[in-house]
Amino acid sequence: MSALGSRLEPLVYDLSRPGRSGAPLPEPDVPHAELPSDLLREELGLPEITQLDAVRHFQRLSQLNHSIDTGFYPLGSCTMKYNPRINEDAARLPGFLHAHPLQEANTVQGSLALMYELQEWLKEIGGFAGVSLQPAAGAHGELTGILMMRAYHLARGDMARHKILIPDSAHGTNPASTTMSGLEVIELPSDGRGNVDVKALRAECGEDVVGLMITNPNTLGLFEEHIEEVVQLTRDCGGLIYGDGANMNALTGVIRPGDFGFDVMHYNLHKTFSTPHGGGGPGSGPVGVSERMADYLPSPIVAIIEEGDEKEPPLYGFAAPPKTIGRMKAFNGQFGVLVRAYAYIRIHGAAGLRANAEHAVLNANYLLSKVRAEYHLPFERACLHEFVVEGRWRGAPDVHALDVSKRLMDFGFHPPTNYFPLIVHEALMIEPTETESRETLDAFADALLQIAATARDNPEELRGAPHTTPVARMDEVRAARQLVLCCRPKFLSEPAQAPYT
Amino acid sequence: MNYLPHTDADRTHMLAACDVERLEDFFDLIPEQHRFPALDLPEPLSELEVLRELQELAESNAEASHHPCFLGAGAYHHYVPALVNHMLLRGEFMTAYTPYQPEVSQGTLQTMFEYQSMICALTGMEVANASHYDGATSTAEAVIMALNQFRGRRAKIILSATLHPQYRQVVRTYTQGMGLTIVGDDDSAADLDDIIAQLDDQTALLILQYPNFLGELEDMRGLQNAVHDVGALLCVVANPIALGMLKPPGEYGADIVVGEGQPLGIPMSYGGPYLGFFATREKYVRKLAGRLVGETVDANGKRGYVLTLTPREQHIRRDKATSNICTNQGLMATAAAIYLSVLGKQGLRKVAELCYHKAHYAADCIDVLPGFSVRRERAFFHEFALRCPGPVAEINTALFDDYGLIGGYDLGQDYAHLENHMLLAVTEMATREDIDCLVEALGEIT
Amino acid sequence: MTWNTPDDRKYAETDEWIILTGDSATLGLTDYAQDQLSDIVYVELPVSGETFEQGDIVATVESVKAAADVHMPMSGAVTEANSAIEDEPEKVNADPYGEAWFIKLTPADPAEIDSLMDADAYARHCAARDD
Repeated sequence: MSALGSRLEPLVYDLSRPGRSGAPLPEPDVPHAELPSDLLREELGLPEITQLDAVRHFQRLSQLNHSIDTGFYPLGSCTMKYNPRINEDAARLPGFLHAHPLQEANTVQGSLALMYELQEWLKEIGGFAGVSLQPAAGAHGELTGILMMRAYHLARGDMARHKILIPDSAHGTNPASTTMSGLEVIELPSDGRGNVDVKALRAECGEDVVGLMITNPNTLGLFEEHIEEVVQLTRDCGGLIYGDGANMNALTGVIRPGDFGFDVMHYNLHKTFSTPHGGGGPGSGPVGVSERMADYLPSPIVAIIEEGDEKEPPLYGFAAPPKTIGRMKAFNGQFGVLVRAYAYIRIHGAAGLRANAEHAVLNANYLLSKVRAEYHLPFERACLHEFVVEGRWRGAPDVHALDVSKRLMDFGFHPPTNYFPLIVHEALMIEPTETESRETLDAFADALLQIAATARDNPEELRGAPHTTPVARMDEVRAARQLVLCCRPKFLSEPAQAPYT
Repeated sequence: MNYLPHTDADRTHMLAACDVERLEDFFDLIPEQHRFPALDLPEPLSELEVLRELQELAESNAEASHHPCFLGAGAYHHYVPALVNHMLLRGEFMTAYTPYQPEVSQGTLQTMFEYQSMICALTGMEVANASHYDGATSTAEAVIMALNQFRGRRAKIILSATLHPQYRQVVRTYTQGMGLTIVGDDDSAADLDDIIAQLDDQTALLILQYPNFLGELEDMRGLQNAVHDVGALLCVVANPIALGMLKPPGEYGADIVVGEGQPLGIPMSYGGPYLGFFATREKYVRKLAGRLVGETVDANGKRGYVLTLTPREQHIRRDKATSNICTNQGLMATAAAIYLSVLGKQGLRKVAELCYHKAHYAADCIDVLPGFSVRRERAFFHEFALRCPGPVAEINTALFDDYGLIGGYDLGQDYAHLENHMLLAVTEMATREDIDCLVEALGEIT
Repeated sequence: MTWNTPDDRKYAETDEWIILTGDSATLGLTDYAQDQLSDIVYVELPVSGETFEQGDIVATVESVKAAADVHMPMSGAVTEANSAIEDEPEKVNADPYGEAWFIKLTPADPAEIDSLMDADAYARHCAARDD
């Protein structure tokens, strides 16, 4: 194979040889039924490999990834903290793993009890009157919440409301969820300290406002200084408050968003409650709601159907909230993720959750204190669990935040989040999380400081980075112009050849 | 307990570096009356105590590894080769996130590329995304894609009545703010001809399930012409195991193929996490939601993979994105990729045929029992509707209490004309003894 | 940083140029816009016959990291779309004022052109946004 076009690891199709199989399945122990010959497919373009081929292939692929398990992963807004392995064992207990989602409630009381308890705990942690565990991820929780807010106004005969107010620092999911709900996005600017601009908010508040979506701490890692006023202004015009809970790891046990008057908030169980991110999911995005929103929760939620007593536990089952917006996904939420979050909360208790938030904030501020001399901080304030600095220097006009990120890989670190939030030029958004040690933070800070020096002395070294990763910088323009989104299975019957090209 | 590394000395040093005296001081900005609420949560437990508690809860469930399970209806008990779980537990897969930085994410990216390729092969389509939450939300996203394709000029969606009832609910929940007309399932007994009759030049999308919710294989041969003649799109919701032996929807002219990927190596786990797969034609790729992995080269010409066409997505296009989806079901798509690789061409066909033979054996045995009859209007795959002599709930209770069997789905709750009908699923996990036990039990119950 | 702003045409605040020749007009994206977007990988154009109001979104362009809408500087009906830039979007980077025109249109109200900027005003508009 020539250097051009070689791969780090062959495609699974390249390993395929006709006649091999990795699936030792039994022969039918029942009579053969006649197959519907006119409905059968002629070809099935799947690979033919052994179990050993598969194990080696996927093991080798896995080794090309950076992960929390292999190194520091300060990806802002994503809360990449240690994922306790006990949670994996818990989710794989056979009693949980092999229960069918449509079984009669009396045969799955263990699963239902767990869901009920988790609902109760999430209510308590956020200060909410109701919780649904159904949403599958943060964005799914947002869609759930916005649909509920829309339904709330409509049910009251308040038909003219169609605007959702969203700060310009918000995650892109906020406006996208709003559009999916059939509502209009009104973007609010930030003020000079990184807060929502209260004057601009006041100007937009009116009888056409469904509500406000707000992230607190916001995506700059800053606590909204005027949060009480923001909530009050929105409420005064009849609007509801949606909280994006993506940054809740800064505040568990520190505040309860419900106490501030938030009407709906999604939790990201895969962030705050440390369920693994899985290379892009599964997440889980339960929503907590205030009293006035509880009737609109997606259906079903877990309820006590018959109260228990000293001898008998209660009987749990599903119930439909009276004005429910409907069902957001099939079956019962990301149950396996819920088991992990349950175990995590149970292990920590109230004191442990608060300690997590406090140390997440300590780690972020400590790291900031070590790098702020060399990295411009657009808003001069103490941060909470993460901070955003600029990856650019006056003396190095050709160096960008992306170059800093790529160079960090050579030091063995995963880069921060790049180019977000959009309101900061050349943003580097850094979230160290509470489970990282002082030594790790020191090493990361040293790397950042070295890179800042290199930016001035030897910018080419940064622009060519990374130098030590399995692949060098990828040609994303080519990927978008010459789309290759799958390999063509039609070549499968000719295994001597690569499946395409 | 917690997982913090900080020693007292660390804390002192770090607080001093921040110019802060106590941890609490970081939160001075927060109005005092709301600061540090006393949370009423149970006292913390050690890991071993928590595991004991969860073991107790888990063991109070009756489940398919101890009770032969004939319940399907969208979630199925299949054999998962042991290596699938072992690979998923690799920390490099499990504890990574969305592969935004391709230089340190080639493992996830190539696995997703292989997943996309295998989903295309299975469905007979040209492009597939890296997943949605489940089959139901994939179906809802198909509706949104069709609306975007027509840029809002068509607003009618036709749903087959034999599309999974929960999927139909999710489509309605998702689209409640979009001002759509959703028809087709008003009469739960409507058949394919009835819904074809509702096609018109306002129709954006027609959605059919294959095999349908009743397990049947509808005749899809004339469907594409009827749909395409009015300029609408055709979406097929397919069972991926059935596609191990049946013609792929691509051959029937489907524009979009979606479905529940749970049967591909993912445990039932009381309803999630599952896997929504989504495949379409290349010409619609810009309207596709979700992550997409594409092949390219690096600065040295080495082949590799990146997330591509990202301007469709929420983090760039914000309110104009094709969907709000961000985190999807990455690890479940990884499970499906490993499952499809290790079963492969022959293995998946074999699983499909095992299911087919066992389901037909069960149907034939039950059909002769007095009071029972199998609905045989069409061919079926691994699930069939059974007319019972009494209420399904009562039969299920007897099956479980007296024989330890998990019975079928009560179709009467969604289909008025199928009162006292049970939907039974039989997979390769059911042995002949299990099936004989079910037959005997049904014979004795009545 | 300066960008090319030929003075034979008019410009919209949203970075489109337009040239009026008789009853017909030609529309494209400015040098500033292509530079801000960097490598353009995709262009989506309307079909001929479609009509748009001034300010409507008439086309979209995408780079690897960004997407932008192209707005109608004047109301009118599309008479021709330049399919060459759909096939080779990189032309928009290479020759934004020539080969890479987007559409030809018949303006509904030629007087609308007076609401647009001339080259000098547009050049100042670009410089003001250059951080």
